Amino acid sequence: MSDSQDRNFKIGNPILEVNNISLSFGGVNAITDTSFNVLEHEVRAIIGPNGAGKSSMLNCINGIYKPQQGSIAFKGNKLSKITPNLIAQMGISRTFQNLALFKRMSAIDNILVGRKLHSKASFFDVAFQLPKARREEKVNLKKCEEIVEFLEIEKIKDTPVGKLPYGLQKRVELGRALATEASLLLLDEPMAGMNVEEKREMCRFILEVNEEYGTTMVLIEHDMGVVMDISDRVVVLDYGKIIGDGPPDEVRTNQKVIDAYLGVSHGE
Amino acid sequence: MATTISTYSRNDYINFSVLMVLGFLIIPMTVNSDYWFTSILIPWLCLALATIGQQVIMGYTGQLALGAAGFMAAGAFACFNLILRVDGLPFFGALIISGLIAAAIGIVFGLPSLRIRGIYLMVATLASQFFIIWVIDKFGWFKNYDSSGIITAQDIVIFGRPYTSPVDMYLVILVVVTVMTILAINMARGSTGRNWMAVRDMDVAAESMGVSLLKTKIQAFAISSFFCGVAGALFAFTYLKSLEPVAFDIKLSFKILFMCILGGLGTINGAFIGAGFILLFPVLLNYLGNNVFHGAIDATIISALEQVVFGVLMIVFMIYEPLGMARLWENLKQRFFKKKNK
Repeated sequence: MSDSQDRNFKIGNPILEVNNISLSFGGVNAITDTSFNVLEHEVRAIIGPNGAGKSSMLNCINGIYKPQQGSIAFKGNKLSKITPNLIAQMGISRTFQNLALFKRMSAIDNILVGRKLHSKASFFDVAFQLPKARREEKVNLKKCEEIVEFLEIEKIKDTPVGKLPYGLQKRVELGRALATEASLLLLDEPMAGMNVEEKREMCRFILEVNEEYGTTMVLIEHDMGVVMDISDRVVVLDYGKIIGDGPPDEVRTNQKVIDAYLGVSHGE
Repeated sequence: MATTISTYSRNDYINFSVLMVLGFLIIPMTVNSDYWFTSILIPWLCLALATIGQQVIMGYTGQLALGAAGFMAAGAFACFNLILRVDGLPFFGALIISGLIAAAIGIVFGLPSLRIRGIYLMVATLASQFFIIWVIDKFGWFKNYDSSGIITAQDIVIFGRPYTSPVDMYLVILVVVTVMTILAINMARGSTGRNWMAVRDMDVAAESMGVSLLKTKIQAFAISSFFCGVAGALFAFTYLKSLEPVAFDIKLSFKILFMCILGGLGTINGAFIGAGFILLFPVLLNYLGNNVFHGAIDATIISALEQVVFGVLMIVFMIYEPLGMARLWENLKQRFFKKKNK
């Protein structure tokens, strides 16, 4: 982001700190002794070749995987041994690499599920349609309609998401994450499989959210052009280890990163 | 699938009014054969209510649970004992408490769903079916130490007036079923139902959005069992008019499962359509056998035919219309209205 001086939300202190975490599945080390941090209001990219441990990293932050070693702290609170729904309550939301939408539900219903943390009505309130449930539903529906409008998906909001094209599904998933009003969004390859036009729109949405609400973003992306354009700082992972960390321009010229991406013979 | 809406649409009010007039006025006034009330309408409403319970857990929350009849038995015997042992407890009060007791048992048997899923959960929940029946059989207290094994259900008395005629009982059931169906629809369309469906469609994502799997699954099990419990109590008190554990065997559980699937998973109206179809189909076959073929087909062949047709229908629906008869009905309605508009 070039004009970082005149942003609404100035980049602040670390909001998320990953300290020396290691994760292995059986004998395979997915992440080895990795540390980095994410500053408040920044757009942080995680890049790296396939199998570098990027998605595993997000899954650790989000509580789906439990790292064997190390700790993750969000807003100063340690995130060890807690489940994804508790982490969601702390203000972390996410999208998934292989789309994890509720396929048989409509787009707007998917986004409404994202309002779960802002719904306090019990099943009893809902069953009897007590004022509390009605009021809440109205507010939530209004919020979600705003998100639908923002993401320009008004036309498909009543379609079951399983029937939508890929690009739109990705957008609905972003909408669902936005509906949580989380302060940290983890986006796992939000632009994978999209054409240039779709990518450009997705970038716009991400930047606008960051600009307007100050939402901190951690995103995994393969398209280097995109990464260089939208991120404030980049972490480069390879074989579960960090080989580069810094602003996009610096990372781009890092010899290790170039080697990892272009391949280099290690036999010399 | 329609979008959830917080308030009722005009169509909802129209449908509701039509059904209410039909149920409370037209049917009691026009149907004057007891056979229709005692053998068709009463069991239909009871089983439809139990099927709604099955829908909540299986159709909405996606947990393969098999044991609806067990919870019906729990509700039925709870109701019997409450009326027997608690003086002055009104019938509706007993009904609600029976449902709550069934719900409590449902919570216990729902716990395995946190660890296991799919077909394995089905096997685990099957335990509830056998366990509940076994407990009722084993401990004489539940049957008030009646040695015959079959206990006559008490008369339904509401505000001192006994409701014993078929029409009266039908009306009592209709009131309960109407209220509970509205509650079920409200939950299914509201945030409660969305959480259920989120868990059904993609549990990891649901959890990441802050939906607690533990709470949601247990809640669904409790609500499902509540519906089954109330349905079981009504079933015993109005249709069977007796209480015998055998009536709530695994066959009934399967019947409710079929009603749920044929009607359409994840639909409330499907519960009524499915229950109606499975109850009426044998009647229709019998009628055809007697009146069209004039008894040329043996009764045993007809009942065998019934099994065959059910089996085939189940397979066909699973393959071609997993959303069941409720979806067929929707499509039919749409086609009809489209033509009308032209």
